[in-house]
Amino acid sequence: MLSIKNLHARIEEKEILRGINLEVKAGEVHAIMGPNGSGKSTLASVLAGRSDYEVTSGTVQLNGKDLLDLSPEDRAREGVFLAFQYPIEIPGVSTINFMKTAVNEVREYRGQEPMDAVSFLKLMKEKMKLVEIDESLLKRALNEGFSGGEKKRNEIFQMAMLEPMLAILDETDSGLDIDALRIVANGVNKLKTANNATIVVTHYQRLLDYIVPDFVHVLYKGRIVKSGTKELAMELEEKGYDWIKAEADAQTV
Amino acid sequence: MSDSNKILEDITSSEYKWGFVTDIENDSLPKGLSEDTVRFISAKKNEPEWLLEWRLDAFRKWLAMDEPEWSNVKFPKIDFQDIIYYSAPKQKVTLDSLDDIDPELRATFEKLGISLDEQKRMTGVAVDAVIDSVSITTTFKGKLSELGIIFCSMSEAVQEHPELVRKYLGSVVPVTDNYYAALNSAVFSDGSFCYIPKGVRSPMELSTYFRINAANTGQFERTLLIADEGGYVSYLEGCTAPMRDENQLHAAVVELVAMERAEIKYSTVQNWYPGDKNGVGGILNFVTKRGICAGDYAKISWTQVETGSAITWKYPSCILKGDNSIGEFYSVAVTNNYQQADTGTKMIHIGKNTKSRIVSKGISAGKSHNSYRGLVKIMKRAEGARNYSQCDSLLMGDQCGAHTFPYIEVDNNTATVEHEATTSKIGEDQIFYCNQRGIATEKAVALIVNGYCKEVLKQLPMEFAVEAQKLLAISLEGSVG
Ligand SMILES: Nc1ncnc2c1ncn2[C@@H]1O[C@H](COP(=O)(O)OP(=O)(O)OP(=O)(O)O)[C@@H](O)[C@H]1O
Ligand SMILES: [Mg+2]
Repeated sequence: MLSIKNLHARIEEKEILRGINLEVKAGEVHAIMGPNGSGKSTLASVLAGRSDYEVTSGTVQLNGKDLLDLSPEDRAREGVFLAFQYPIEIPGVSTINFMKTAVNEVREYRGQEPMDAVSFLKLMKEKMKLVEIDESLLKRALNEGFSGGEKKRNEIFQMAMLEPMLAILDETDSGLDIDALRIVANGVNKLKTANNATIVVTHYQRLLDYIVPDFVHVLYKGRIVKSGTKELAMELEEKGYDWIKAEADAQTV
Repeated sequence: MSDSNKILEDITSSEYKWGFVTDIENDSLPKGLSEDTVRFISAKKNEPEWLLEWRLDAFRKWLAMDEPEWSNVKFPKIDFQDIIYYSAPKQKVTLDSLDDIDPELRATFEKLGISLDEQKRMTGVAVDAVIDSVSITTTFKGKLSELGIIFCSMSEAVQEHPELVRKYLGSVVPVTDNYYAALNSAVFSDGSFCYIPKGVRSPMELSTYFRINAANTGQFERTLLIADEGGYVSYLEGCTAPMRDENQLHAAVVELVAMERAEIKYSTVQNWYPGDKNGVGGILNFVTKRGICAGDYAKISWTQVETGSAITWKYPSCILKGDNSIGEFYSVAVTNNYQQADTGTKMIHIGKNTKSRIVSKGISAGKSHNSYRGLVKIMKRAEGARNYSQCDSLLMGDQCGAHTFPYIEVDNNTATVEHEATTSKIGEDQIFYCNQRGIATEKAVALIVNGYCKEVLKQLPMEFAVEAQKLLAISLEGSVG
């Protein structure tokens, strides 16, 4: 489904992604771990199409389409969803209103009629239940004054509403209390089908107890320096990153 | 220039959609202004002697006044001799039926989105339409008059209700109040008049549409609204003009009088032609709007959505004379390209326990300048007066300017005055967040701007709020990439 080949990207003069290769198939869950500043959020942003980053070489394909050729909104309409590490506030715009606009824009792109109010409400209620989010929160201005955990949960609600092909969750677990973590992970699991895929960026093995990954990758200095299965996450939890850093640094020198 | 600013600039290219000219025969005066012009207008309208004298007095006072220069707007000097002061479509002013309207005129209203037929069928809004200087038609007159409500053109009011006009005209905005108000007093040609009797709540929105059509014409309307004790009215004005290369002058005066426990809601959606992308043409909008809460517990709310005009100079104000009276001002002012707006309000607290609330949302894009200018004055007698002001500015791009000039004068130490101000930019982060959810940038901007203006928009009557939202989106079309 997603095929990243030799992806290089920089911001201003600084090269941050230095040759990423990653293959994600439908139905798979991939976890990306790695020390702070290694480029995880950058990778997520580049996939979503943030214009601050300049892609200097490499290709990214989503279901055979060249993702890098598309505008950010078209990537979203093609099914790329990014749950932000730091969700943005939009004063005066409720999540409900925001989602109504988003859902209908995506439908228009796909040549579908706008959703009528009744169907939208029904869809919303269903998804609210899935991520156990309260309607009162959705009526408030988007993320404004939300607690850290509420923002993260709201991201997953939006993901549920948009039913993406490829969901990228950037540290969705950080800031969640234990119950919320379980609820959010449950939501993500319920949204999983044989046709979509998920990339979870996380620092903690704990999340992977709930969202069990098929593969775990370690990003370091803009490259995937190690890949494995969920056992790798356990090993990292135990030993930290030093051994991987040492291995990787030894190779590049 | 950063990428985002480049994009900002690219999209700052919206086109004015109401810029058509209607081809109807006009009955107009040649250019120029003198006592004879004033006499001509007065005679044309068959006015009583006292009104002619009032106009002439205003004209003489105007001659002795200087154009104000304190506002934060720049424009070429106006040549007052180069303006036509009277232009009327050749059409009977009083119509028995809407079917008598000139088909061209009717088509104009259709284009403006005001179908008079529709209005006739629909309940809810009574419309007075003013083209160039003359009121063309007032709908729903019959229904309103059953309740004793008078809603008609100013010319008609002068003929039919001279005692009311004479009593209140100039009572809130004196002839010498300011340069443009004096000019208006001398040459005003028409406008709307409304009187709500004691204890009557108007069952429908009253609305006036102003349209400048003829070239080189100044439009000087005069609006007078009186709500007697316990009366209530919600009133809306809308305005458009054709696209022309030269600036056209619009200098209106609006006076509101609210007696004891009366309430007036006055909403404006101002969409005069703003000039083109390079700042050529556009309406110079110098308007004096003021209301007086003459009795205790009276309330006046001004709500304005200002998107048009090359220059906007406008300070809808409230004189809170009655004890416990309330004044409100809710404003959204959008400037794009080379537009300049200097707008705000004055809240004059005279009575005890008077309250005022100011919510101003300025949005600047392109190379425009947007200023908020407000005065909160608490007089000695105004025991327990309260004011809350919030002035927010939103900037789109880095070539526009937002300025805030709040003046506060407090002569009573039991008063509470609060002022908050913020300036923000539409964040690239916000736009990217919307993009990531599948929302294109243009729509994202509209969404963010509407959110930002929500507090003001929700003050508008429902059907106009929707219009205003669309208008905001159109005015900013192209201001962010
Ligand atoms: N505008 C910028 N200018 C210069 N460097 C930047 C800029 N934005 C990000 N970087 C750098 O890029 C590197 C990668 O950042 P990124 O946010 O992708 O890391 P991360 O792996 O997500 O880290 P964390 O685990 O802390 O979230 C960091 O060193 C960061 O400082
Ligand atoms: Mg990160």
